[in-house]
Amino acid sequence: MKTLAYFPGCALKDQARADENGTLAALARLGYEVREIPRWNCCGTVYSLAQDDLMRHVGPVRNLLRVQGMGEGRVLTLCAMCYGTLSRSARFVEDPERLRRINAFLAPDAYNGGVEVVHLLTLLRDEVGYERLAAQVKRELNGLKVAAYYGCVLLRPREYAVDDPDGPTVMERVVEALGGGAVPFPERMECCGAYLTVTQKGVVEGRVGRLLRSARAGGADVVVTTCPLCQFNLEERRPAGAPALPVLYLGQLLAWALGADEPAVGAAITGISSGVRHG
Amino acid sequence: MDEVTVFIMGKGYRVPAGLTIMKAMEYAGYRLTRGCGCRGGYCGACATVYRLRGDYKLYADLACQTTVQDGMYIAQLPFTPAERPAYRLEELRAEGQTLLSLFPELARCVACNTCTKACPQKLEVMDAVQASLRGDIPGVAELTFDCVSCGLCTMRCPAEISHHHVWQLARRLNGAYLTPRAPHVAQRVAEVEGGKFRAELDRLMAMGKEELVAAYKARDIEP
Ligand code: SF4
Ligand code: SF4
Ligand code: FES
Repeated sequence: MKTLAYFPGCALKDQARADENGTLAALARLGYEVREIPRWNCCGTVYSLAQDDLMRHVGPVRNLLRVQGMGEGRVLTLCAMCYGTLSRSARFVEDPERLRRINAFLAPDAYNGGVEVVHLLTLLRDEVGYERLAAQVKRELNGLKVAAYYGCVLLRPREYAVDDPDGPTVMERVVEALGGGAVPFPERMECCGAYLTVTQKGVVEGRVGRLLRSARAGGADVVVTTCPLCQFNLEERRPAGAPALPVLYLGQLLAWALGADEPAVGAAITGISSGVRHG
Repeated sequence: MDEVTVFIMGKGYRVPAGLTIMKAMEYAGYRLTRGCGCRGGYCGACATVYRLRGDYKLYADLACQTTVQDGMYIAQLPFTPAERPAYRLEELRAEGQTLLSLFPELARCVACNTCTKACPQKLEVMDAVQASLRGDIPGVAELTFDCVSCGLCTMRCPAEISHHHVWQLARRLNGAYLTPRAPHVAQRVAEVEGGKFRAELDRLMAMGKEELVAAYKARDIEP
């Protein structure tokens, strides 16, 4: 058992429970002892671009401080948004002057820097490895046709990308290791419309329609994402007439393929896979 | 008598050492009609901020529970303006987004922890805000059980969150929808309505003062 500090984030404790439950079940099967950070706080959701308003970076840095307090050198996130915020903040405070000023505020606590932020996808690629992942598969996906949807934050800005920001393969490789079939999906790196979902639903509906049509044109049975906001938009902002593809979290797919029986795996995937074409 | 100098609203007074801030104010001649309630640390009416000479920190505490120190600069905050939206508990559900939808400013929290440092009840206020954000209603109720609604966290918060109103709603939702029903309460209410205690109450109501005092002194006290 390898211990792994884990930052869930707010959405994974509420709307995106299925992702957390599925992923944790899967990671246990892959030999990880996942330790949730004690007393974590919201990552900030949207990374602050303010260079001079250091207060906006206190939240994410406080989480890194808690990881340090656990004696861990890295922290896992599942949510694309949390990954974006935490990894960029970790880099932001590599500058000693910024770190000094934030620490003056955090006193008597002090963050020493150096905590690495890892996304589930890179963990699967770089540490578990596709082959070992494939060897752990207990339940065949029978070539379930998956549209691997990256969206923005996993790949942008490019310095923080989990994979080649112009031609990522990691999510497709994971899907294939699990026995699924990754379909061609030209819109996979397009934005879902994100927070415009609050103020300009029409814009989001337009984008979601395009995304779903693109996924369907490639032959997908299902779309897979790691972002709760993408998941919400793809399901809740689907315009009339767009293909009603189920949208799953990567964690759900993992848990299913690795044979987890937790209710976590979700009725959704059972429904889809029972309808899957065999052979 | 040992005395200390305190500054109340900027004016210096010599007051006996060992007094609470509240008593020191009264000693100095203030007559407290607001900012004073139970005098026992329960009602939260006596929120006070102070600084100590030579110390950069702004402290916050309850005037009835805090002893004066020499060189204390004191100001009371008898009331905290805080927004509380109207809601009907019967129309709400104890689920993830309820707190956030009524108090969207929760999402402005920058995790600075200033609220926690201000809390005279030593609650983990920031953790409760974070639990509210992620929709953990029982968690909020648990973390804020001892809140006295003094409003000091709210006064200090850069995100302008109305903490104690959020807590109150969380505890109401928790009590109304998430905690198991207590059958003995209904049972006792039925007993009360059935007149079980009526004769005893009538007897007490008919007593004169001396008789009542004697009965009070002779009462059974639970260990
Ligand atoms: S949580 Fe806020 S309102 Fe409640 S006791 Fe603490 S400081 Fe006062
Ligand atoms: S003071 Fe306000 S912004 Fe700071 S941690 Fe508390 S709730 Fe969040
Ligand atoms: S007067 Fe009630 S808490 Fe101080």
